[in-house]
Amino acid sequence: MSGHATYVPKSRIAKWFESRLPIVGLVHSSFIAFPVPRNLNYFWTFGAILMAMLMSQIVTGIWLAMHYDPSAGNAFNSVEHIMRDVNYGWLLRYMHANGASMFFVAVYVHIFRALYYGSYKAPREVLYILGVIIYLLMMATAFLGYTLPWGQMSFWGATVITNILAAIPIVGDTIQSLLWGGYSVGNPTINRFFSLHYLLPFMILGVVVLHVWALHVTGQNNPTGIPIKSGKDAVPFTPYATIKDVFAVVVFFVFFAYWIFYQPNYLGHADNYVPANASVTPAHIVPEWYFLPFYAILRAVPDKLGGVILMFSAVIILAFAPWLDTSRVRSANYRPIYRQFFWLFVAVCVILGWLGAKPPEGGYVLASRICTAYYFAHFLIVMPLVGLFETPKAMPGSILESVTGPHPQYGGSGMPAGAAAAPSSKG
Amino acid sequence: MNTSRILAATLVAILLGLASAGAEDGHATPNPPREKWSFAGVFGKFDEAQLQRGFQVYREVCSNCHSMSLVKFRNLAEKGGPGFTAGQVKALSAEYKIKDGPNDSGDMFERPGRPADAFPSPFPNEKAAAAANGGKAPPDFSVLAKARTYERGFPYFIFDAMPFIGYSEQGVDYIHALLNGYEDAPKGMDVPAGTNYNKYYPGHLIAMAKPLSDGQVTYAKGADGNPVVPETAEQYSHDVAAFMSWAAEPHMEARKALGFRVILFLIILSGLLYYVKKKVWADVGGEAHGLQPELHKTS
Repeated sequence: MSGHATYVPKSRIAKWFESRLPIVGLVHSSFIAFPVPRNLNYFWTFGAILMAMLMSQIVTGIWLAMHYDPSAGNAFNSVEHIMRDVNYGWLLRYMHANGASMFFVAVYVHIFRALYYGSYKAPREVLYILGVIIYLLMMATAFLGYTLPWGQMSFWGATVITNILAAIPIVGDTIQSLLWGGYSVGNPTINRFFSLHYLLPFMILGVVVLHVWALHVTGQNNPTGIPIKSGKDAVPFTPYATIKDVFAVVVFFVFFAYWIFYQPNYLGHADNYVPANASVTPAHIVPEWYFLPFYAILRAVPDKLGGVILMFSAVIILAFAPWLDTSRVRSANYRPIYRQFFWLFVAVCVILGWLGAKPPEGGYVLASRICTAYYFAHFLIVMPLVGLFETPKAMPGSILESVTGPHPQYGGSGMPAGAAAAPSSKG
Repeated sequence: MNTSRILAATLVAILLGLASAGAEDGHATPNPPREKWSFAGVFGKFDEAQLQRGFQVYREVCSNCHSMSLVKFRNLAEKGGPGFTAGQVKALSAEYKIKDGPNDSGDMFERPGRPADAFPSPFPNEKAAAAANGGKAPPDFSVLAKARTYERGFPYFIFDAMPFIGYSEQGVDYIHALLNGYEDAPKGMDVPAGTNYNKYYPGHLIAMAKPLSDGQVTYAKGADGNPVVPETAEQYSHDVAAFMSWAAEPHMEARKALGFRVILFLIILSGLLYYVKKKVWADVGGEAHGLQPELHKTS
């Protein structure tokens, strides 16, 4: 419990409380004394940004739920009631709808950062897998939330996705009718979707706690991928990481605010301002932008079940990255060949996203198939093989050396004397 | 290394080529022309006189078939809207008969409208609206300006999201274009009874007959006794489209005004935080920067 050692309760009340529930010490070791590699770049601020987005979503969501009516007959109008008559209701709703998109922007940066710097490799496998679980929960929450305004895209999106689940052998039909609460998407569906949409964010919050806990056991990765070797490689979380995270969150909120106030409907679909109508199918049923790569993968396969399997595999395969990557070097900065494949993979994901928004015809289908094949090849072929054949570049001796060169002018450690040289081994 | 970069670029180019080849086939619906709107852009505001004229067009022409059930009379006097006075709205709503009830004896009754009432719909229900209009109910106007759009495609959709050059008036441009898009069908095209040819309507066959023609609505005259704006279908369609835009987003002015202040505040705050952070990090020799900090060594 080396991290805890630095917290010494001063007042009698603090001592009394700490000996009964050492939560102040836990917070102290996790967010104040916690040693942070001194060379983290701004890609490492997205954890804090995601935390801020989760809070924003939960707070705006709770307020929206006070005015929203989860019924097939009135959901659409109650959302418009929020937009028109509730004080600052338009702000709450646009924050929540665009907040979901911003949450995914941040999580994609966070995921690609983990993939680039090898943050999934030992000893961070569990930390990383918890992240994949959060991502899955986020996807479920976002899908459920998108159905709630009960517009055309909500209704038909819900219909398409629940029909996809029916393709699962044996249990598919049961899952489908359980979600529907009947024989088609209808009033019971929106009721249970609302209930689940309210539940899942708190499950996300729970897994986030585990994610942070796991992080504080293994410590943060860093752009060199070299572990912290001495106090000189690290700085204490507060004030160094705190101020940097706060700065990054505020900059991200400038970006977030732009969407809320000036492009509030850009990331949505016009069709979702048409009330749900079971007898009129929209010309193109398209999910939100953050699902488009997976939608492209789903439609790349001519067989329904095959498409479903491939789509879910595309997410699940992320969880296997720690064992598929054979390289002992974490950071792609020192992996000249893998680095190129990494950027090709990013490009393929972006192209898949674009293809997911296009109708499944002609050249789009062929392009989707090629990209889908590459998406999986990246994990199943590139990751194992490149690690075996690549010669990594020379690496600096320590994190400090990577920042200041082999002869550091600033030898002084940011860590207080006697503080942890390595992250705490217990929570 | 360069070879793999070239390979990657080639692959991307082939994929884009394949995809755009797929885009070639098809739809000959032209994009609506982009109009100038007072409410576009970061500092956009509705033109009160235009919204009042638009409301007049809606009231005299469109409301015969189209409902606008989410908009209430009181909205017409609210800030950021057409700018009617509370008295005008009271008088206006009283001109309408609103069905209310049941009263204490269990009967439905009619009473004069009040500002808190929603605009009454032209048909008692959707089935009646459909029956009177060839099988399909005319869409409600409340959020129609946000419910219609057209695709601008790559790369425009990227520019459309950007500040200052951004574009979020696709819906209102489409409505304006549609109202002016009635033409003779091209030779050889079969236009079944009950449908009309419209250049901008997806599929071109629209149930609504040309709704607006020159001189149909008489606008209030200016101080010199002449009309302030021309009484043409083009002008009517402009005005009613702007009015629909307000109806779909009645708090747009408040949103843009608040947004400007919020973003300005956040930018100043982030500037201050940047220097605080710099000062804090100076104690440990400054920060590492960039994707590859080892390339930014100070010695």
